[in-house]
Amino acid sequence: MDINLMITSIPKLLDATIITLKLLSLSLFFGLFIGLLFAILRLSKNKIINKFAYGYSYVFRGTPLLVQIFIIYFGLGQIEYFRSTFLWVVFKEPYWCAIIAFALNTGAYTSEILRSAFQTIKPGIVEAGKSLGIPNKIIFYKIQIPVAIRQSLPAYGNEIILMMKGTSLASTVTLMDLTGVAKYIISTTFKPIEVFIVAGGIYLFMTFCIHNLIKFLERKYSY
Amino acid sequence: MELLAFGKTGWGDELFIATLMTIAVSITAMFIGFLFALIFTPLKLSKNKFFNLIGNSYTTVIRGVPELLVIYLFFFGGSGAVMYVASIFGYNDYIEINAFITGSFAIGIISGAYSTEVFRGAIQSIDKGQFEASQVLGLKRFIYFFRVIMPQMLRLAIPNLSNVWQITLKDTSLISVTGLVEIMRQSYIAAGSTRDPLFFYSFAAVLYLLLTFLSMKLINRLEIKYSRGF
Repeated sequence: MDINLMITSIPKLLDATIITLKLLSLSLFFGLFIGLLFAILRLSKNKIINKFAYGYSYVFRGTPLLVQIFIIYFGLGQIEYFRSTFLWVVFKEPYWCAIIAFALNTGAYTSEILRSAFQTIKPGIVEAGKSLGIPNKIIFYKIQIPVAIRQSLPAYGNEIILMMKGTSLASTVTLMDLTGVAKYIISTTFKPIEVFIVAGGIYLFMTFCIHNLIKFLERKYSY
Repeated sequence: MELLAFGKTGWGDELFIATLMTIAVSITAMFIGFLFALIFTPLKLSKNKFFNLIGNSYTTVIRGVPELLVIYLFFFGGSGAVMYVASIFGYNDYIEINAFITGSFAIGIISGAYSTEVFRGAIQSIDKGQFEASQVLGLKRFIYFFRVIMPQMLRLAIPNLSNVWQITLKDTSLISVTGLVEIMRQSYIAAGSTRDPLFFYSFAAVLYLLLTFLSMKLINRLEIKYSRGF
């Protein structure tokens, strides 16, 4: 055990944790919108829209996140036309490619979570709203969405933790996040166990915080 | 389509072999995971606090740390650890462990943590009366576990184990970083030498989709078989 290495690597790894947290929060933010959009599409009665939303979540949940990142980062740059559009400003950065891949991935899982939450809402709640003469739109935004969010909190908490672990894949597209820096230190010092303990400890601490935050929210919004 | 031709002109045969490799690693990892689950599930269910702590730390640590980090630990630390153990027995030469073994071991440990949770949940949801009845009948521990608890547990565990299988299958893409030539690594090689990453990575995605789709069909059959009578 090389305690010295462990201590000296802590500040470097903590610096890298900031990138991990940025990746996580941005991809969760965009992913939540994508998830909500596709959950609504899944509930649509139009068969084509429904199938499209199902296909989206099936493809993104059935393939590894690594493939998705590689397609977006290495693959899209290959299209000549794509490089001339304004989107290229975003897609040439590994940082944004990673966030887009993560957001699309977590969006697919979130859409499933929200869909099942919408489907388990008791019809009585909606009917009560209707009989009070509340417009459909307001029933949806003010009644169904808040109830669905409460229903999906435990599953969404798991998804946040999975996504946090997923951000480690950003290191494969040259980003120096927590795993990227850990790998760099390991490959220069050849002390995998020490670095694993420190980096793993930071990840575990984040998992612990997310877990407790979700528990707190669950208690706060329980009814 | 020329790119996918079999033989020297295309990448079809290489990708086919790589797909077999992905399947082989997934199955090996799943099997290693079961072995870990076999050790850690009793620890988690045990009434002894110390055993409990060991079982819980295994599942918490592995499930709370990114898969990639675990793989790096095994990739960089695996041969060192084996050499250390070998040196205790007086063997001091350099030992290189094959990428297949390190890879499936790393993924196996991860998959084992998920399997442990699944088995624990399944055993805990079996009615207590079943345990008591077996004791009253004087069944030997061994028999009551394999003839009474196991069949009921499998029925409850299979749907969740199919999730674990999906996770394991997708996780194998990560061991491409260690150089084992599975789907992801082969696509990377092909993309590099043909300068056509979009096509090859998309094809890799299709292969993974095919694998998850086919395995779901297979598992559904198992599910029907084990839920007979319910």
